[in-house]
Amino acid sequence: MSEPLLQVRNLKTYFYTLKGVVKAVDDVSFELNRGESLGIAGESGCGKSTLAFSLIRLVPPPGKIAGGSIIFQGRDITKLSEEEFRREVRWQGISMVFQGAMNVLNPVYTVGDQIAELFMVHKGYTKQEGLKEAERLLQMVGIDPRRVKSYPFELSGGMKQRVVIAMALALSPPLVIADEPTTALDVVVQAQIMNLLKKLKQELKTSIILISHDLSLIAELADKVAIMYGGKIVEYGQSDLVYNNPQHPYTKGLLGSIPRLRGEIKDLTWIPGTPPDLINPPPGCRFHPRCPYAMDKCKKEEPPIIEVEKGHYVACWLYA
Amino acid sequence: MGENIYKPVYSKDTKLVVSDLKVYFPIRRSFIDVLRGKPRLYVKAVDGVSFDVKEGEVFALAGESGCGKTTTGKSILRLNEITEGSIGYLPSKKIENVVKLPMVKKLSEHGHIDLYSIPDKYFKPFRQDIQMIWQDPFGSLNPRRTIFEILEEPLDIHGISSTKEERTEIIAKALEEVKLTPPEEFMWRYPHMLSGGQRQRVVISRALILKPSLVIADEPVSMLDVSIRAEILQLMMDLKKRLGLTYIFITHDLALARYISNRIAVMYLGKIVEMGDARKVVEDPYHPYTKALVEAIPEPDPQRRFIIKELPIKGEVPSPINVPSGCRFHPRCIALDKHPELAELCKTKEPPLIEVAPGRYVACWLYAKK
Repeated sequence: MSEPLLQVRNLKTYFYTLKGVVKAVDDVSFELNRGESLGIAGESGCGKSTLAFSLIRLVPPPGKIAGGSIIFQGRDITKLSEEEFRREVRWQGISMVFQGAMNVLNPVYTVGDQIAELFMVHKGYTKQEGLKEAERLLQMVGIDPRRVKSYPFELSGGMKQRVVIAMALALSPPLVIADEPTTALDVVVQAQIMNLLKKLKQELKTSIILISHDLSLIAELADKVAIMYGGKIVEYGQSDLVYNNPQHPYTKGLLGSIPRLRGEIKDLTWIPGTPPDLINPPPGCRFHPRCPYAMDKCKKEEPPIIEVEKGHYVACWLYA
Repeated sequence: MGENIYKPVYSKDTKLVVSDLKVYFPIRRSFIDVLRGKPRLYVKAVDGVSFDVKEGEVFALAGESGCGKTTTGKSILRLNEITEGSIGYLPSKKIENVVKLPMVKKLSEHGHIDLYSIPDKYFKPFRQDIQMIWQDPFGSLNPRRTIFEILEEPLDIHGISSTKEERTEIIAKALEEVKLTPPEEFMWRYPHMLSGGQRQRVVISRALILKPSLVIADEPVSMLDVSIRAEILQLMMDLKKRLGLTYIFITHDLALARYISNRIAVMYLGKIVEMGDARKVVEDPYHPYTKALVEAIPEPDPQRRFIIKELPIKGEVPSPINVPSGCRFHPRCIALDKHPELAELCKTKEPPLIEVAPGRYVACWLYAKK
């Protein structure tokens, strides 16, 4: 088998605040093959967005990548200088669809200008050539190419999100990170955007990392799933295995809380309590204060990562 | 046309009857447009909505943003002016004396009164009896006040209890009710010291502290993580049972509405397009729009990643200023393409809300007798 597109090893991203060190991403490892897509799920504050920002090296200060490595296409991108990263990796190698399309676009430039700028900066195209590319991209994401002349306020929410996706795809990167790409969109538009992402994945063989708190959304796209809790991955594996045979009590809780459209109406379950404070995370397993199966050991020692079946990993003392 | 067109009924166990409600918001014209004598335009947020809510029921108003569901909810509390229609309300025992005023319009022999016939200065007691749970627990709590002050304000406005001790006791009880225990610990905190779920509990507690009988919950869990939604909903349902409340639940999430409500009304562009038993509407939708909405909801099944299913809907929601003629859904309707014989009708005549099965109403020419 060829080398994976992305290997994240023991990544640590910490925020050095006055109150203490927030360990937003703490010892996270995973890999992604070319053309594969990964879903990262977890509650707000679990570190999933920070993980995404680490991959594209846009962690806002006082955050810093404190350890570990991110090997993308064979080289460790945490070791590159900012200039090298910007020139060679950001947007050409890894691009991102940011959360909240409404606020990502500049309101005083046309969408064509904003897409063309990418080509002018990264590829040295002229404005004319850039606008041509912009038309091609808009067509690809299902918008009338004549819309290059539109300003963001003239577009609906779904169309703006499509423009943001078009910008992420502009330089044909092998990896696109989508951070909650459909929040604030209606269900019909959300389904259309998910269809677009599925098409891009199938036709362009782009790898996508989809970040969301909603496991049903992730099921629509991801080949692999990583469940994050308190800055750590607690369950990781092929999505068929994780969805059909969840092992970690947290994953079970997340899946049990989703209302279904069909079938018998069982009481929804929930996960009691609140997510941990990442300055002073609970000792041992970080999930133990909310876990219905917590044992003595869970309060003292951190659980190791165990392969419960081939390609399915869980960090829980129940299986150790 | 048949006799089975929907009409809300006043009976002794209906808490609320909304009848042909219309809410139009005028759009400001520029000075030049005024000089040119251009006609005033209106956003038709709610355009002829009727439904009734039984006592003790959970009634869901569902639809996408801009369909008028929140405006309908706000109209019940008289938080905006209505253009046409009436809202009949069966007041609870404790505010019956207000009803005896001569100008109050009676709508039925069971004691329903028109909320919009009550003069402003007499409306205050109704604000106690009808309460709202807001969507955004981050925006609806004043960040500079403690939880105690936030919960004290409604008591203050409505002149409930005069001494500090009494109030502290009421507030402590209200916090216990929503499981923010021990209350002494939460009372003196500020909203920023609470998690999203805890804040939403404060919002619920503020709504219930005045002992209302009708609660309008506007997307009470949509800002919360999926993992804690069920807990808040369970809390709301327990309180409903214990305090005998009636809920109007405004939501965009049909899967959720199926779990917690008795009946659903699906709205599109200011009108109800389908109404009926919650499970039946979601499991077997009739109206093409409801079908598309249900189809669009993601499900936690990883097999779905291999399937690109085109949605049975086209285009985008049109502006509520220029509502399409005839059936307002026709420009987006897929069913219309399969039934060209209906095209003329759909484009010119608005379909009425018709009973197609007992208690099941649909506004679509596919199901109506022409």
